[in-house]
Amino acid sequence: MEIKWYIDLAVALFSIGVIGVLTRRNAIIIFMCIELMLNAVNLLLVAFSKMHAAAEVGSISPSVVSDGQLFVFFIMVVAAAEVSVGLAIIVMMYRNTHSTDVNFLNRLKH
Amino acid sequence: MLAGIMSITEILFWFLAVLALGSAIMVITSKSPVHSVLWLIVTFFAISGHYILMNAQFLAIVNIIVYAGAIMVLFLFVVMLMNLNANSEPQKNRNLQFAGLISGGCLFLVLVTALMKSDVSTNHLMSGGDAGLIKNLGKVLFNDYLVPFELSSVLFLSAMIGAVVIGKRSD
Repeated sequence: MEIKWYIDLAVALFSIGVIGVLTRRNAIIIFMCIELMLNAVNLLLVAFSKMHAAAEVGSISPSVVSDGQLFVFFIMVVAAAEVSVGLAIIVMMYRNTHSTDVNFLNRLKH
Repeated sequence: MLAGIMSITEILFWFLAVLALGSAIMVITSKSPVHSVLWLIVTFFAISGHYILMNAQFLAIVNIIVYAGAIMVLFLFVVMLMNLNANSEPQKNRNLQFAGLISGGCLFLVLVTALMKSDVSTNHLMSGGDAGLIKNLGKVLFNDYLVPFELSSVLFLSAMIGAVVIGKRSD
């Protein structure tokens, strides 16, 4: 499998996430689209680590290959922490406005 | 590719790619937030299938356990707790949606065209390799990345305290 198909797939998933953030007004769905973008980047990191594995067969530093996959692991750690705090913020916002529409959050404009 | 016949890896890649893209489109087009959560779980399973195809087995399992298992269940709890129904987006600005679609499509086109100019078409992925197995990743994680690993526990503790403080009813 060539690397360019994986890059195309990851770019397409990332763009779908961007379109979702720009078009939807529900805070929960915007949050899910951010998760989608993070996963597109994770997929690309794993694909590039396998590309380096193919390029560096017999190299003296095999841990170079594992670095990309460990970055994915740390991205998942940060995403889990982010989701717990973000969903708490959304619940608090729903408690105050009885809606998850982000158009209500425009007090800085006035 | 052997004489025009697609190998089993390529068939699986295209199946998983179509599944991931289709369910990702369903995430942003479905009306009900519960359906969006369920389609996002399908996307995460397709991405885990891609990890297995690339022999990154640890990440495939962690992706299913952490994302599809923990994070998405948390989303589902919050959506059902709020009792959001399909018409929870009252005001829809058609022009704004169209502008968002055009901007996202422009981002996709720019990235893909920049990729076509670069010379990556000859690079193939390694089909096998044992770098993604738990044994090798664990050795690197606890030798080279020990300090970030320990710092992530502090990050989780602060996130937990933050969630409790934010979620507490302040009156």
